[in-house]
Amino acid sequence: MSLEVRMVKITIDGKSYEVKAEKNLLETCLSLGIDIPHFCYHPALGSVGACRLCAVKKFRDKDDTKGRIVMSCMEPVTEGLIVSVEDPEARSFRASVIESLMTNHPHDCPVCDEGGECHLQDMTIMSGHTYRRFDFPKRTYVNQDLGPFINHEMNRCIQCYRCVRFYRDYAGGRDLNVFSSRNHVYFGRHKDGTLQNEFSGNLVEVCPTGVFTDKTLKKHFTRKWDLSNAPSVCVHCSVGCNTIASERYGSLRRIMSRYNGAVNGYFICDRGRFGYEFVNDEKRIKTVMLRADKGAELEPINDEKLYSNLNQSFSKKKNITGIGSPRATLESNYALMTLAGKENFYHGISKKEYLLTKTISDYFLTSGIHTPSLKEIEKADTIFILGEDLTNTAPMVALAVRQAARNIPNEEAKKNHIPLWNDIAVRELGQNEVSPIFIATTYNDSLDEIAEKAFRSSVHEIANLGYSIARNVDEKAPDAKSELKDLPELAVRISAALLKAKNPLIISGVSNGDEGIVDAALNIASVLRSKRSNVMLSMILPECNSMGLSLMPGTSFEDLGNKESDTLIILENDLYRRSGNDFVNDLFKKSSQIIVLDHLNNRTTEKSDILLPAATFAESEGTIINNEGRAQRFYKAVENKNQVKESWKWLVDFIQIRESDHSYSWNRLDDIVESLANELPVFSKLTKYMPDADFRMLNTKIPRQTMRYSGRTAINANIAVSETGLPADPDSPLKFSMEGQQENPPSSLVPFYWTPGWNSVQAMYNYLNEPDGSMKGGDPGIRLFEPVPAADNKYFKPEIRSAEVKKDELQIFPLYRIFGSEELSSMSPSVSQMIQEPSLLINEKDAVNLMVNDGDLVMLEILNDKIKVKLKIGYGVQPGMAALSMNLPGMQYFELPGSGKFHKL
Amino acid sequence: MWLTFLHVFHKTETVEYPEVKPYLAPRYRGRIVLTRDADKKERCVACYLCAAACPVDCISLQAAEGEDGRRYPEFFRINFSRCIFCGFCEEACPTYAIQLVPDFEMAEYDRQNMVYEKEHLLISGEGKYPGYNFYKNAGVDMGVKGKGEGENEEKPVDVNDLLP
Repeated sequence: MSLEVRMVKITIDGKSYEVKAEKNLLETCLSLGIDIPHFCYHPALGSVGACRLCAVKKFRDKDDTKGRIVMSCMEPVTEGLIVSVEDPEARSFRASVIESLMTNHPHDCPVCDEGGECHLQDMTIMSGHTYRRFDFPKRTYVNQDLGPFINHEMNRCIQCYRCVRFYRDYAGGRDLNVFSSRNHVYFGRHKDGTLQNEFSGNLVEVCPTGVFTDKTLKKHFTRKWDLSNAPSVCVHCSVGCNTIASERYGSLRRIMSRYNGAVNGYFICDRGRFGYEFVNDEKRIKTVMLRADKGAELEPINDEKLYSNLNQSFSKKKNITGIGSPRATLESNYALMTLAGKENFYHGISKKEYLLTKTISDYFLTSGIHTPSLKEIEKADTIFILGEDLTNTAPMVALAVRQAARNIPNEEAKKNHIPLWNDIAVRELGQNEVSPIFIATTYNDSLDEIAEKAFRSSVHEIANLGYSIARNVDEKAPDAKSELKDLPELAVRISAALLKAKNPLIISGVSNGDEGIVDAALNIASVLRSKRSNVMLSMILPECNSMGLSLMPGTSFEDLGNKESDTLIILENDLYRRSGNDFVNDLFKKSSQIIVLDHLNNRTTEKSDILLPAATFAESEGTIINNEGRAQRFYKAVENKNQVKESWKWLVDFIQIRESDHSYSWNRLDDIVESLANELPVFSKLTKYMPDADFRMLNTKIPRQTMRYSGRTAINANIAVSETGLPADPDSPLKFSMEGQQENPPSSLVPFYWTPGWNSVQAMYNYLNEPDGSMKGGDPGIRLFEPVPAADNKYFKPEIRSAEVKKDELQIFPLYRIFGSEELSSMSPSVSQMIQEPSLLINEKDAVNLMVNDGDLVMLEILNDKIKVKLKIGYGVQPGMAALSMNLPGMQYFELPGSGKFHKL
Repeated sequence: MWLTFLHVFHKTETVEYPEVKPYLAPRYRGRIVLTRDADKKERCVACYLCAAACPVDCISLQAAEGEDGRRYPEFFRINFSRCIFCGFCEEACPTYAIQLVPDFEMAEYDRQNMVYEKEHLLISGEGKYPGYNFYKNAGVDMGVKGKGEGENEEKPVDVNDLLP
C-alpha cells in the first residue's frame, strides 16, 4: 500500500464527497455520518454481504434514473460513484429485510440483557419496520450452558454470522461453530461446556442481539441507560487496554472495552472483562484497622483515633521505609516516595524482576528502538516470540499476533486487487497461509498453530537461540554455545526471515525470570536496528504499572537487607507473592510498625499493624504506564464508601502530618502529577497530554450518566427522602450527573458511547474518524519513549551458564495461566471458576521413567519449599524439564527457573 | 340576594367527603400498585422500562433472578413525594405489572412515609388486565413454560436434522 491515500469523488444522495478509495461504501458512509443499517459488517471483521440489510441504490451515471440495488458493504468506492441511501426503493428493501429477520425474533426485550443497547433494536427503528404482519409460530431453539462468562439465548439469533467470524476467524477459537441448515442454523458448541477461547467475552459486544450476553452482569443486571460510567484502563496485565467501568447503586456492574485505535481497538480479553468482580467483594477492606499491641487482633477504628495514632508514627524523628507496587498508580507510588524519601523508597518486586524491568526500560529510553502499540503489532509481517507465553501473560498481544499472521496472505490479496475488507475472498485466497512467525517457549503455546516453527526447550537454550540469531545478523554481537544440534540451523532461518521482513517484530518479556532471554531479545533488536530503521521490540511486563514503577528511582525491596525502620509502609502489595516466606517474615520483624494499604485481605495485610482501606481502580483516578511506555489515565466510576480512600489521598494526608510546615500543598491529583513531572524528567509529558480537572464543556463537567439515567429521586429515598447534592469530584473533569454536554467529549474522557439513533456499542462509529481508525481528537494516552537517534550498539553478553541441575532433579520453569496467575482478577468469582489447581507439566519420557501418570498428585520440592501439585504429561515440555503454575491463589512464591524433584503422594 | 335565595333550592354540589366517596373511573390515575399473575407470582420482570419512562425519576429498582431464571425486582421503590401520577410507567410496562388504580388517599404528615417499597406496592391480584402472562408470550424459558411451549411457538429445532 502506498503511503499516500488515493482520494475519489463520489455522490451520495446528490451531495458530492471526497473519500478514501480503498474503503467500501458502508464504511465510507458511516465515517461521513450517514447512517446505513447493517448487521454482518463489523469494522474489525470486514464485510461478507450476508445480512442484505445495508442495501443502497447505485446509479450507472447521471442520466440513469432507475438505478439498481447493491449491498453497500460489498461496494468498493470508485471514482464517480453515484448512490442513493434515501431512495424509496432502497428504504423499502431494507424495511422488508428487517421484517423477515424479525419474524422469528422472540417477544423478549423486557427480560433480555441486550435491551436498551441492542443493535437489532436500533436497526429495526432505523429501517422503519414498526408493525408485525407475520402471524405464524416462531422458531425456537434450546440453549447451551457456555460457562461462567457467557449466557446463551439462541431464540434471539438473526443469523448474521458475526459471532463465528469473530470467534473462529479473528480470535482463533475452535469450539464455537454453526450447526444445522436453512432457517434452522444454530450457533453454539457441539455440546454444553465452557467456551475455551480467551476472548469469548467479546461475543457480548460483537453479537448484534442478545444471543450472547454477559453472565456476570446478569447477576446484578442494569440497563445501559442506568449505568454511571467512567473511562478506565484495565489493570490485569501490562498491555493497558482501555475499558469503560460502569456503576449502579454503588457497585461496579461491568467492564466493556473502550475503543483506542492505538491500543486495544474494539476488543479486550476475558480476564480484563470479567476480572472486575473483586471490586464488589464482600471481604473488601472497608474500615481502618489497628492492632493495639503486637499479638492483638486487628480492630476497626475511626479516623480521629487513626490520626492521633499516626501523629507519632510520622513525626520527623522516625524513619520511614516505603515499598511501592507495580499494580498501584504512578501517583500513589510517587506520593509514597515523597513521604519516605527517595533513599527509603523501594520497589515491591523481587530483585530479579527489578533488574529485568530496569534493563528493559533503560534500553527503551536510550536505544531508540520502537515499542509498538497493539495496532502496530498487527502490522508486523515477521514475528519472533522469544520465551513469552503471550496467550497467558498478555492475551491481547496474542490476538494482535493472530492478525499480523494474515499480513503476507493479505499482500497476495492486494496483488490480485481484492480489497482487504472483502473478508471471505481474502481468506479464500490466503487459505491457511500465514506470515512467518517463530515461537520459542518452554511449553506448548496456543499460537503454535499459526507458527512457522515452534521451538521447545529450556529457558537457557531459548536464550542461546536468541543470542545466535543476533550473532548471525552481526558478527560483533556475542555468541552463546548451545548443546542442541538443530539450534544453529533454526537461528539462521529466523535471522534470515527477520532480515527479509518489511516490519520485523521481536516479542519477549520477563515472565521466565531469565536475564538471558531479555538480553538476547534486546541484542536481536539492536543488531536489526543497525541494519534497518523500522525494527519493533515489544517486551511484556508482569503487571499494569510495572513500566511506570521501573521508571521511578529506588531498587527492589529485597535489597533492604538488614536495614531497620520505625515504620514500614506497604502500598497495595502482597509481598509474599514477591519473595520467599522467610525473607518477608524477617523483613516484618525488623520494623516496629507496619502500615499496609490494600483492597483485599492477603498474607501481607494479616501482618499489618495499621491496615488502611485503599480504593481500587474503579474508585480512584490515576495514571498507569503500559509495556509500550504509554501513560494512560483512568477515572473513578464508583464513589468511595465507608473509610475507603485512594492510596495517594492517604499518603498525602501522611505527608501533611510529617511536613507540618505545609511545604507540600497537594490538594488534588493534578498537583501530584505536576510535581511528579517536575521532579522526574522522564514523566515530564504527563501534565500536557490530557484535559485536567478544570476542563469544562459548556461551562460544566462531562456527565458520567446517560441522558435517560433513571431513579434520581428514588435511589436514596429509603435513607432520606430529601435529595442531596452531587458528590464532589475535584480530581476529574467528570461528574456524577446526567446534566451537561454528552456529545463529542475529548477522546480520553469518553464515558460511554451514545449518539442519536445508536444505543448499542456501535454508536462508537460517531466517535471515530473512520470505523477501525483513530478516535476523533486522537487516540488517548501518550508515549513516554521518544524516538531518539540510535545509540552505538552495546550488546549484552551471555553469562556462561550450564544448566546446574542435580541428578534426579528436573529443571523447572514458570507456567502462566490467563485465569489465576494475576492477583486481582483471580478474586473475581467468575474468573475463580476457571482457575485450575496448581499443576506441573512434565515430558512423556520422564513420566515413564519416574513411573507417574497424568493427573497424579505429587509433592514437589524446590530448594526448601514444598508444594502439592497435579501432574500433567505432555504439553511440549522437553525431557528433564517441567513447568510449574505461577502465582495461583494460595501458592507460595517460588524463584523460577530453578530445579526440583517430586515424589508421588 | 335573590340569587342567593334561589340557590337554596338547587341540588347541592358538595360531596361530604370522606363520608361519601366520589366515583372514580377504573382508568383513574391514582396510587401505583404492582400486580401478580393468576398463579400469584409477581408480574414485574424488572425490565426498568417504568423507571426509564418516569419523567421525575421517582422509580428505582434492581433486577434479580430466581432459581428457575424468572426475573423479579429485588427491591422496587417509588418516591410518591415526587410522583406526578402521569401514568407513563403503566404505559411503558410490557407485562401489565405496574398499574395506576383509582385511589388518591395517600396524604402523610411525614414526607419520608411517602417512599413506598415493594411490600407496600405489591397486591395479590391481577388488577385491570386479568389473564395476561408475559412469559407465555416471550421466547425465554424462565420457569413458566419450556422452550417452544409458549403461545405461537414451534417445537425447538433439532440441530442435528439436515433435512431440507
